[in-house]
Amino acid sequence: MTDAILPPPKKDPQKRTRSQTLPSGLRSRAALGLTAAAAEGRFMLQVCGECGALQYPPRDACSTCLSTDLPWRDIDPAGELIAETTVRTSTNTYFRERTPWRVGTVRLDAGPSVMCHVHGDVPRGGRVRIINRLDKSGQGVLYALPPEGTPNMEDDPQLREITADPKFRRVLITDARSENAVALAEAFAKAGASIIFIGEPEGWRPYPHRPALEAIPNVQIVPLDVTDTASVAELAGEIGGKTDILVNNARFVRPGGIMDRGDTVFARDEMEVNYLGLMRLAQSFGPAMRGRGADGDNSAAAWVNILSVYAYSNMPAFGAFSASNAAAYSLSQCLRAEMRPGGVRVMNVYTGPTDDAWHQPLPPPKVAPAALARAIVSGLKDGLEDVFVGDVAKDLIERWRAGAKVLEREMSETDGGGA
Amino acid sequence: MAGRTSRRMGYEGVVLAAPATTPYQRFSKETAHWWIARALRQSLQSAGLGPRDVDGFSVASFTLFPDTAVGLTQHLGLTPRWLDHIPMGGASGVVALRRAARAVQAGDADIVACVAGDTNHVDSFRRMLSSFSRFAQDASYPYGAGGPNACFALLTDHYMSAYGATREDFGRICVAQRDNALQNPHAVMKKPLTMEDYLGARMISDPIALFDCVMPVSGAEAFLVMREEDARVAGLPYAHIRGSIERHNAFPEDPIQMRGGWAMDIDELYAMADARPDDMDLLQTYDDYPVISMMQFEDLGFCGKGEGPAFVRERDLTIAGDFPHNTSGGQLSAGQAGAAGGFIGLVEAIRQVTGAAGPTQVEGARTAMVSGFGMINYDRGVCSSAAIISGAGT
Repeated sequence: MTDAILPPPKKDPQKRTRSQTLPSGLRSRAALGLTAAAAEGRFMLQVCGECGALQYPPRDACSTCLSTDLPWRDIDPAGELIAETTVRTSTNTYFRERTPWRVGTVRLDAGPSVMCHVHGDVPRGGRVRIINRLDKSGQGVLYALPPEGTPNMEDDPQLREITADPKFRRVLITDARSENAVALAEAFAKAGASIIFIGEPEGWRPYPHRPALEAIPNVQIVPLDVTDTASVAELAGEIGGKTDILVNNARFVRPGGIMDRGDTVFARDEMEVNYLGLMRLAQSFGPAMRGRGADGDNSAAAWVNILSVYAYSNMPAFGAFSASNAAAYSLSQCLRAEMRPGGVRVMNVYTGPTDDAWHQPLPPPKVAPAALARAIVSGLKDGLEDVFVGDVAKDLIERWRAGAKVLEREMSETDGGGA
Repeated sequence: MAGRTSRRMGYEGVVLAAPATTPYQRFSKETAHWWIARALRQSLQSAGLGPRDVDGFSVASFTLFPDTAVGLTQHLGLTPRWLDHIPMGGASGVVALRRAARAVQAGDADIVACVAGDTNHVDSFRRMLSSFSRFAQDASYPYGAGGPNACFALLTDHYMSAYGATREDFGRICVAQRDNALQNPHAVMKKPLTMEDYLGARMISDPIALFDCVMPVSGAEAFLVMREEDARVAGLPYAHIRGSIERHNAFPEDPIQMRGGWAMDIDELYAMADARPDDMDLLQTYDDYPVISMMQFEDLGFCGKGEGPAFVRERDLTIAGDFPHNTSGGQLSAGQAGAAGGFIGLVEAIRQVTGAAGPTQVEGARTAMVSGFGMINYDRGVCSSAAIISGAGT
């Protein structure tokens, strides 16, 4: 059974922070299909479109019939560990620093054998369930888990390397005034976060749920206005070195597109909060987080952006808001690339209309704050990069993948209630 | 589909001569070109030839980049009319022999120099592992980066649970080879190895421990392929090629490697050589890890599948024993000089059957089997090869 990790000791400021080293991130283009699936936590392999043969490792032509039509499909993750080893010496610095490291050969019930990381609770020769996750280099890797949960399973050191579990980590959630703040703070408290900083803009203005925030264990309300560079820099100076997970929760939402707004006032606010707010946070908190990717059990682990799924395809009823989210989405890809050397994950949580005042006229389904918070915490525990929360977001991404141009035309028909 | 459909032509009239081994070094500041040149020169000198006398050239090397055999012709001043580059690692010796023999037989070349060599710089092993093959890069190196140690650990672990082999069984192979290496002045390993040392060594990738692993070194091996009459006129000792086999990606449906391609073709090898396992005076297997030598004992017909552990318990694998195996110490004790690891057994076997092995000579050795195994492209060795050779007069 996995030993539960203990609360990390207070950091000795005189000791050098360990540099992040990475497992090899070199992959062929075909193998990046595994990475794309891992971003959403799906176990997918190539299946021949002509003869149906399952392929592994990823390749460019079917090893049964030479077809080059090899689409990725979700695969039954059940299998059996038929061989294992514990690597005690490695030529790669990342693994060398983390030995002993357990790997094995799993024969999938679906056919092929795969080499994979193996959880400590899988017995020799045992049944396993394969998951596909991003490793610290940001590439998809296969990992064998016991078929059922085991006590403290999430604390296995190899598993914790591919997740961003909030347990014992320190979290900063921006925008205390947002209606999501309470649900987010509660979810992180429940997940075992050791400190939950909540950034509060315009602290002199009262808001109804402040007492509820204060009542949550380990919450500390701190001043933070993401539209004010000095405010962001000041808070980063205080807690940037102990921010392990940052949840970029600040959003400025107003209905309207181009011609039904007479000016650019709201558009400017949308960009200030939704786009430049992300930029300011990343410029102030990013470097310290990237430098602490390997800083023990409470290393910097993840950056979370809450984005509108209309970042992918504009919803004209919230057209300018969609545009600001498209900008933030694009910037998040840049942030991901810049965070990668530190092994810090950038997780985007895409949501459809949320259940709040600014989406009041829209028909259901809408995403409740508690559902959003659950999706974020479970996404971090799973180590995901892209999470689509709620039916509207899931439906939209399916349509976008099927044909972005078709979706664009569909979107112009909607009344803002979702595609 | 895979079986032989027509009788293959023999290798009559073509022989192997001028075996050469450049003494290995652990690390070298020199390049693969340097090592290959040394072995080539040694081989040619022993045959009384110069670079201009060679009209066929075959090279196996991992560390020539950005060069190939092409660059070496200009670098070494060769003007061959037949040129080959064999990227098959541990299978490359027998494969070089096969191709060169056919070229000489057909008259495409008169004398083919077959050379394998690699250098070993301080960081070259790590560099090679991370980009060894596309499947290794994508699907094995990201998993602990244990390299071949981890891959063979998985095969060994599976073999042990399938057939009840113990670490002592593998230890018998390693200890006997160290015994042999102590007779070979050029072996990198110079200290005796006891079973106690073997069992007590630190784990590298369970159940693979220190003495299951080869030492990467710099070195080179070479031999010549020529017409028998030319060898006789030159007064060179030579060996006949009685038969050979080669197979790639055998048994892809096996969930993990339990056998090599030899198992597909071994009957053909014995038929071609008109020989039986008992006729072999010695065996040189590819021994990057002892489990693969054990699989070769089985797949080459010296015992049945799964009987490898009992076989090594009953037989004495040393030079003076009843089953001389890897008489120069093999890669496990003489060192693994990159692609030259695919030549070490063959070059030693040529020496053995021509009575030229010196301190490692098996008394009265006339016939030897040599097998090759190479390229852990992903989870298993893809290339396998084997040949039976005999000294003149057999």
